[in-house]
Amino acid sequence: MTQSVVVQVGQCGNQVGCRFWDLALREHAHVNKVSLFTSDGGACGVGGRIQHLKARAVLVDMEEGVVNKILQGALREVFDSSQLLTDVSGSGNNWAVGHMMYGTAYREQIVDKLRKAAEHCDCLQCFFLIHSMGGGTGSGLGTRVLNLLKEEFPDVCRIVTAIYPSVEDDVITSPYNSILAMRELTEHADCVLPVENQSLVEIVNKIKHMSNDGKPGSVIKRDSTVISGQGGLSRTEKPFDAMNNIVANLLLNITSSARFEGSLNMDLNEISMNLVPFPRLHYLVPSLTPLYTLADVSIPSRRLDQMFSDAFSKDHQLIQADPKHSLYLACALIVRGNVQVSDLRRNIERLKPSLPFVSWNQEGWKTGLCSVPPVGHCHSLLALANNTCVKPTFMELRQRFTKLYRKKAHLHHYLHVDGMEQSFFSEAVNSLSSLIEEYHHLDATKGRLLPDAPRFGIAS
Amino acid sequence: MSVVNVQLGQCGNQVGHELFDILCSDAQEGKKEYSTVSRERFFHRTSHGELEARAVLVDMEPKVIRQSLSKAAKTGRWRYGEGSHFSQKQGSGNNWANGFCVHGPRLRDVVEEMVRREVERCDRLSGLMVIMSVAGGTGSGVGTYVTQCLRDTYPKSFIVNHLTWPYGTGEVIVQNYNSVLTLAHLYKLSDGILVHENDMVHRICSQLLNIKHISFCDVNSVIAQQLASILQPALTADSHGVYSRNPLGIDWQVHPCAGLERPRSLTGPSFNTSLANLLILRGKDVFSAETGGFEDPALYTSWLLPEAAFNLWKSPMPFKYEKSATLVSNSQALLRPLDNMVGKAWNMFASRAYVHQYVKFGISEEDFLDSFTSLEQVISSYSQLG
Ligand SMILES: Nc1nc2c(ncn2[C@@H]2O[C@H](COP(=O)(O)OP(=O)(O)OP(=O)(O)O)[C@@H](O)[C@H]2O)c(=O)[nH]1
Ligand SMILES: Nc1nc2c(ncn2[C@@H]2O[C@H](COP(=O)(O)OP(=O)(O)OP(=O)(O)O)[C@@H](O)[C@H]2O)c(=O)[nH]1
Ligand SMILES: [Mg+2]
Ligand SMILES: [Mg+2]
Repeated sequence: MTQSVVVQVGQCGNQVGCRFWDLALREHAHVNKVSLFTSDGGACGVGGRIQHLKARAVLVDMEEGVVNKILQGALREVFDSSQLLTDVSGSGNNWAVGHMMYGTAYREQIVDKLRKAAEHCDCLQCFFLIHSMGGGTGSGLGTRVLNLLKEEFPDVCRIVTAIYPSVEDDVITSPYNSILAMRELTEHADCVLPVENQSLVEIVNKIKHMSNDGKPGSVIKRDSTVISGQGGLSRTEKPFDAMNNIVANLLLNITSSARFEGSLNMDLNEISMNLVPFPRLHYLVPSLTPLYTLADVSIPSRRLDQMFSDAFSKDHQLIQADPKHSLYLACALIVRGNVQVSDLRRNIERLKPSLPFVSWNQEGWKTGLCSVPPVGHCHSLLALANNTCVKPTFMELRQRFTKLYRKKAHLHHYLHVDGMEQSFFSEAVNSLSSLIEEYHHLDATKGRLLPDAPRFGIAS
Repeated sequence: MSVVNVQLGQCGNQVGHELFDILCSDAQEGKKEYSTVSRERFFHRTSHGELEARAVLVDMEPKVIRQSLSKAAKTGRWRYGEGSHFSQKQGSGNNWANGFCVHGPRLRDVVEEMVRREVERCDRLSGLMVIMSVAGGTGSGVGTYVTQCLRDTYPKSFIVNHLTWPYGTGEVIVQNYNSVLTLAHLYKLSDGILVHENDMVHRICSQLLNIKHISFCDVNSVIAQQLASILQPALTADSHGVYSRNPLGIDWQVHPCAGLERPRSLTGPSFNTSLANLLILRGKDVFSAETGGFEDPALYTSWLLPEAAFNLWKSPMPFKYEKSATLVSNSQALLRPLDNMVGKAWNMFASRAYVHQYVKFGISEEDFLDSFTSLEQVISSYSQLG
């Protein structure tokens, strides 16, 4: 059995992380209750009753508020103080403060905590890093932690869940922070799962709308895992909770193969191997279906096929993107619940004609089946698409960055920080531009029928 | 004469288990002589009288091996040896380079030692069989490495690789790379490569056996049956009425006859030119069966005499069915799938997609190019048969 460690950094990272732990524990309890599987839990490192479970996690924030709240809440038993690292004043939405100042000051302590977490694993396979791109701690210190992981554990896979700010984000410097962080993610992560707050908001609104609709037959089940934390340890729903639940479900699904049995396992180290054809192009767009289950469970087979179709539609993507009208480099389908290999094959065959794949990877599908569905669902699907549809998100971010940078707005806050130089800004934006360019080149091959590469001739 | 098997990776261990199970139950039903010969080939008796497979199990993750061991033990008829398996904690992540360059060298000593023990248990060794898939990381990468070690240690022994070829799509995106690297290496190491294509076997399950929800279990049982039918005792041309003691014992090498150049048959281009065919008949009426069709010169290349290129084995013992025939064909049948596989891999390689994943573990672009070159050579040679 392999294990993973979650490293949650900053307010967003910790809030999302805690939704994950809450739902993971609920899933564990639920599965054990119906005794499908007695598990020692894999990724969440759990065993026995919930009281005795400890999360394989490291919690980092440069202010105390968020982490303290966690310690007062229902999850307090799951963490112990040796896993936490906090300071008092936060990074003030400044990447440089997080990355340079705190990164240098806390380096030893962070490495120490990471090592301790690693020691508790008998085969550490993957680090899941969670942070926002907009604030200072998550984006700055979070990406510093990423570098430390690469230095200290070069063979352990690094998967980053990064929350991108929406256009109306209240953090004015979020474009700076995001671009500075992007460069680190592009260079040092094995995979990045980008999530946009805007998309989370839209999905949450849609679900709300559905549940208020009141049409007979469209009553939404209350206990399904994506929309609600009910049945978890924490009762009260805070702002962001509904959004964070969606991200937590992404993490639950991606780790399902490591936590439960299945007929077609997808090991975590197979994700980057199969989905990342070029080292920098490791941004995998997630989409999650179904987002809710209807109380009425008739016509299950159509529902199942609908689930597959939805995974490719615009409004199920966790970023603002339309994969169907862009170019797929590769795609993974991680399916949970009572689904057969034949269902997978049928749906891939059905959907393939409408999905443009890059010429050299027409059969770029990777699939995994885990027999245990999420709580409240009979099946679920997480699609991870390496798709050029990330390009618009990145271009828009660059535009917002340029708007600020042209006026040199707020720059001095960054340049004050020890070790921070103005060249970091230009290097970061260049890195992003060349990334965009790489996607662009691939996009340009779309629809063109490339001739097969000429093969070696053998003289007879 | 005995065969020592090495089963690697998920597929190798699942197919291997199924194979031993069929070999064991078939021998149980057979006549004394047949049964004795079969037992000696694939099993040895422990001091407690139990049947133990002459097998070594290797995987980089523990789950599949654990299942194979316990499934075998549960049959009550046979089991795997106590110290004949080796696993680690995490798989090779579908990466041939990880299996070949990292895991292979690391477990070399352990595996060689396990194989040596099995070999020493055989009164006479007729050969080694390595069972693996070509698409993942462990079976393909570690399997290739282990075959190479076996070649070094047993330079004179007959080594056969049984390979499961991947489905066209849906499981491992880099499967064509892994396959190309495996095949190019094995081509130089192995004495014979037996291939089952998952798509073909799947079709057998759906169209001939009418199975609705086809699982790997169904597929493996077809593969194991065909394989067992090749490996179980049979009467060969030179065995004079006793079961040949050497299951792998035909001369698999093809020797062109000097100066022979037959005129091509006039029936038009041959659909599938063979180098050599082995037909195995089992069950009722095997001695009166008409097999002349297999000796039609039109089936073979112009530089081989049909009688040199065709082998016929028989056994009156029914195998699974009242009558059965198994054909092992060294022919152009694999040309198209091989050409497809190499073509897709080459297209990917032209963009250098995924190559960095291999470079990371020590396989260079040069290594890829070498592999492509040798396989193009194989393709070209087979194309020129017809
Ligand atoms: N989805 C989601 N987004 C969040 C959450 N908390 C903050 N954000 C977003 O994250 C960005 C702000 O970053 P934070 O994570 O709050 O900042 P931080 O990492 O704590 O850094 P400092 O506060 O500057 O030290 C904004 O874009 C917020 O919209 C959350 O719980 N869920
Ligand atoms: N026929 C058959 N094919 C299988 C079976 N299991 C896996 N495969 C095929 O094997 C290929 C995948 O290789 P595996 O054997 O699972 O991989 P592995 O050797 O364990 O290597 P890693 O898991 O990458 O370390 C795919 O083409 C599958 O279709 C099986 O039981 N029967
Ligand atoms: Mg904060
Ligand atoms: Mg495996």
